[in-house]
This record gives sequence, C-alpha cells and structure tokens, in this order.
Amino acid sequence: MNDSGAVLAMPAVVEARRPSALRRLVRRPAALIAMAVVAAFVVIALGAPYVAPHDPIKQDFLAVRKAPSDAYRLGTDEVGRDVLSRLIWGARASLLAGVIPVSIALVVSVPLGLLSGCTGGWLDGLIMRITDAMLSIPFLIVAIALAAFLGPSLTNAMIAIGIAALPTFLRLARGTAMAITTEEYVESARSLGCSRVRIAVRHVLPNIVPPLLIQSSLTAAAAIIAEASLSFLGLGQQPPAPSWGSMLNAAQRYLVQAPWMAIYPGLMIFGIVMSLNVLGDALRDALDPKYV
Amino acid sequence: MQLAVFVARRLAVLVPTLFFVSVLIFSLQTLLPGDAAIALAGEESDPAAIAGIRAKYHLDQPVVVQYGIWMSKVLRGDLGESLRNRIPVTELLASKLPVTVELAVCSMLIALLIGIPTGVVSAVRRGTAVDVAANAVALSGLSVPHFWLGIMLILLFAVRLGWLPASGYVPPWEDLGRNLTTILLPSIVLGTGVAGVMMRHTRGAMLQTLSADYVRTARAKSVPERLVVLKHALRNALIPVITLGAIEFGRLLSGAVLTEQIFAIPGFGKMLVDGVFNRDYAVVQGVVLVSAGLYVLLNLLADILYFLANPRLRGA
Repeated sequence: MNDSGAVLAMPAVVEARRPSALRRLVRRPAALIAMAVVAAFVVIALGAPYVAPHDPIKQDFLAVRKAPSDAYRLGTDEVGRDVLSRLIWGARASLLAGVIPVSIALVVSVPLGLLSGCTGGWLDGLIMRITDAMLSIPFLIVAIALAAFLGPSLTNAMIAIGIAALPTFLRLARGTAMAITTEEYVESARSLGCSRVRIAVRHVLPNIVPPLLIQSSLTAAAAIIAEASLSFLGLGQQPPAPSWGSMLNAAQRYLVQAPWMAIYPGLMIFGIVMSLNVLGDALRDALDPKYV
Repeated sequence: MQLAVFVARRLAVLVPTLFFVSVLIFSLQTLLPGDAAIALAGEESDPAAIAGIRAKYHLDQPVVVQYGIWMSKVLRGDLGESLRNRIPVTELLASKLPVTVELAVCSMLIALLIGIPTGVVSAVRRGTAVDVAANAVALSGLSVPHFWLGIMLILLFAVRLGWLPASGYVPPWEDLGRNLTTILLPSIVLGTGVAGVMMRHTRGAMLQTLSADYVRTARAKSVPERLVVLKHALRNALIPVITLGAIEFGRLLSGAVLTEQIFAIPGFGKMLVDGVFNRDYAVVQGVVLVSAGLYVLLNLLADILYFLANPRLRGA
C-alpha cells in the first residue's frame, strides 16, 4: 500500500537519531534490577508448588507463632503455617492482581478509546463524561465499594480493581488516539482513501501502545497494592488461601508475639511494587521522547 | 477572563459529570447478587420484612423511577438511613468527616514539609548523589503499602519504644496534646505517599523553571543563587504543585480508608469499611457519594487556584 510508506519512514528517521527503546531501557541499572525482580516474582508465583518448602494451608498447632528457624525460615503464623510457603503461594494472588485488572482495563479501553478518539462527536462526549465521573471517585474507594456490592472473593476483587483502573486507561487511549489522528501521516492515509477502521487499526493503534505499556506497569503496581488492601480488609482472597494482604491482617493481632508475620508480607509487596514503578519510569524514559 | 466567568464555565462542565457520578453510585445496588431486597434485608429472612424493604426502597418500581426517587432525596440532603443503627447517613457523615479532614490536613502538612524542600534540593543538585537518593526515597514513598507502613510504625513507636499510642483517637477539643499524639503516626503514614508525589512534581517543575530565560537573566544580573532559586524559580514552580496539592488532598480520603482501620480512628474511611462489613449499603453509597463530591470540589478548587496563580490565564 502506498500510504504505508510515509508511516514506515518515520521510525527509520527516529532510529537513526536515537538508540532503540529496548537498548535505552537495558542501559539503566535500576531498570535491569527491577526487571530481574519482576521476573523472579513471576517465576516464584508460577512455580509455587515446586519452590514452597511446606504446604501453605497445613496447620500445625505444635508450631504456633514460631520464630524463624532452620525448619521454618521465616517463622510460622498464628495456626502454625509456614510463613515462607504462604508468601510464595501468596505471590500468585498478587501476580493475578497485577495481570487481570490491567487486562480488563486494556481490553475495554483500547477499542473504546480508539472509537472515542478517532470518531469524536456525541459518542466521544458521552464516553468522556462517564470517564470523568468514574475518575471523580478515588481509586480504592471505587474498588472497595464494587467489591462490597459484588461480594468478597479474589475474582470480584480483580473485577473491581479492573473497573477502577479503567477510566485512566480510557482517557489515555482516547487522548493519544486523538492526538495521533491529527498527525500528517494519518492525514495522508485519509487522503489516500483509507477507511476509518483501517486508519484506527493500522496507524493509530500501534502508536497508542507505548503510553498504554507505561500505564500498564504503573497500574499493575497500584493493582497489587489494591488487591493487598482488599484482602487486608477481608474483601479479596478468602482464608485459608494465602495472600500477602490477608497475611498482614492476621499479623496485626500478633505484633508483639510474632512481628515476623507482619514484616515479610509487607516487604514482598513493597519490593514488587517498587520494581514495577521503577520499570514504569524506565519505560517512560525509554519510550517517550519528551522524557529523553 | 473574569474569575466568575471561569468558575461558571467549570461549573457547567461539572453538572454532567456529577449526573454520571450519581448514576454510577446508584447503579452499585444493581450489582448486589440476586434479589436486592433480600440482600438489603441481610440476616432477616422474614418475607414480610423483605416485602417491607422492597416497598421502602421502591425496589418494585422501574429502575429509572428508583433513580429519580433516590436522586430527589439526595438533592434534599437525605442519603437514607443506616440499616445497622437506624441513624441518618448524613448525620453519621457529619460526625465522621471532621476526623478524616483533620487527618488529611495533618498528612498534607507533612507531605508539603517533606516533598517541597526535597524536590527543590533534588532539582538544584540534579544528577548528584543527593538527587538520586531523594528520587529513591520519593519512589519508596509511592511504593510502600500504607497499611503495612502503619503496622511497622506501630511496631516501632508503640510496641518497641512506647513513645506513641498504637491506636485510638482523642478529639482536639477534649485534649489537644493527646489528639496530636494519636494523629501523628497515621499522618506520617498517609503523608509519605503524597510527599513522594509532591517531591517528584516539585523537582520536575523546578527543573523547568531553572532552565527558563528569566532565571538565566537573574543569574546574569548576579542575583545571589539563593534568591534565584527561592524567589524566581520556586515561586513559579509552586503554581502546578499547589494545584496538585488540592487534587492529592482528595486522594488522601482514599488512603484514609485503611489507615483509619489500622489506627482505629473513627473517621470517614472506617465508616466505609464498617458499612461494607455490616452490609449497610446506604452508608457505603453515602461515603462514595460524598468522597466523589469532595474530589470534584477539590478539583474545581485546584483549577481556581491555578487560574488565580497564573496571570497568563487571567489575560486570556
């Protein structure tokens, strides 16, 4: 197609001036460490049955609130369950929290954002007013209210967090799409007779990926904290299944007798959220020319 | 442009937003699994009681009529009644909101005291170890789960050192000293996250203003560096930061939910959580509605502050 020539020429020019996004990303030591932490987190979560030294839900009333030792590296909880094993299995709930709400937000926001940004008019106005309304309610309050009305479970918590994250993605997708539709190469495609759908899918969609990728990393971090918060409140993962948030809830009652129950789950959340935030910042630096 | 015209335009945009906010909050009850009347009745399984709830909440009417009735009550300041203790939700909100506002104000003070100076130093010493350390601390503030930080601070300052109370709240009019000791730890917990945001924005804004022409001119005129930074650069850099502060204040309400839960502070956030566990849906809807209203108002305030602080907008 003739119209693609103009589009293909753009990255080539940019390429000659700047190193590739991946190269810019791996050049930052903080980003590399963050990527390693995220990769380790995913491997541990997926390989939980092979990595965990004990059964995460097996109670042992002879080993209640035992301090860290060779038998239980990070100690035991209030019913004698191994804290390390629960942390490893709890990574699964956090991994799901990082992936599913972001996927829900992406699946809904990309088509709607493209539709809204590329067509404009009353539909755009309506979608944006609903987005504004959703953004008017603080993120965690939306998630708590939705989880409360849907009923407490990990699945409902994921849905609630996904819906709460949706308006940020929608606004970003729509705003970027709208900006791209005014670019010269889109004008050229339009003048060559390309249909609206073709322009949206071939020219606009690939260009909204970088900002959505950055937002995904930052939202995954926020979603992990939100899941932990909901589980902490008893609205997410239900006992006895482990989650870092519900482990902290139980730990609160034994701060004097068993502080290890509170220290490690929080460190895990902090580590993974910090890594995702560092990765999000690094991705923004690597992908967004404004930040270079 | 006159301030009145600016405010009128912003208010005109707010009306449809608030309408959709009300629709969203009303729609929450349609999410209740199964029959809403049974869900609202809770443990009450008596058919007569369920029928009573159905009639009281007009659940036998079409959804549009239900929304109309609900909205007309909301506009008259009637947010329903708590199912748990039969107290009007507005009365409950009026008693809980000041506690959360105090917590939010104290948290914001801590955030400003940490965030702005760190942001300025970080920008002035860009690329140095101080800048790297300040950025790392800001990112940590943004990444740490507040409820965990709260637990850790209780462990250190209440359990180990015994310096501060672990939980509870004393109103300022009863005992100001004890009020401050009970509010200090929760304010630090909430303030650290906002301090991280403030620091990053102050740094970004300062970097922009420090490279502006008028700063170069000031330096060329041999204005002392201290004055260049504090008078010329910071004054302009603070414009976006002040507006951000108003928006972040709204977000503190969200953060207050868990913090109040951990420190047993009887505020707005704890009211939401208690409402959730008591299946007190009118309370949940009321809290969400008020938090959305406050958030919208604070956004409007941020816009007005930006308008007042930025002479270019006034000239437009």
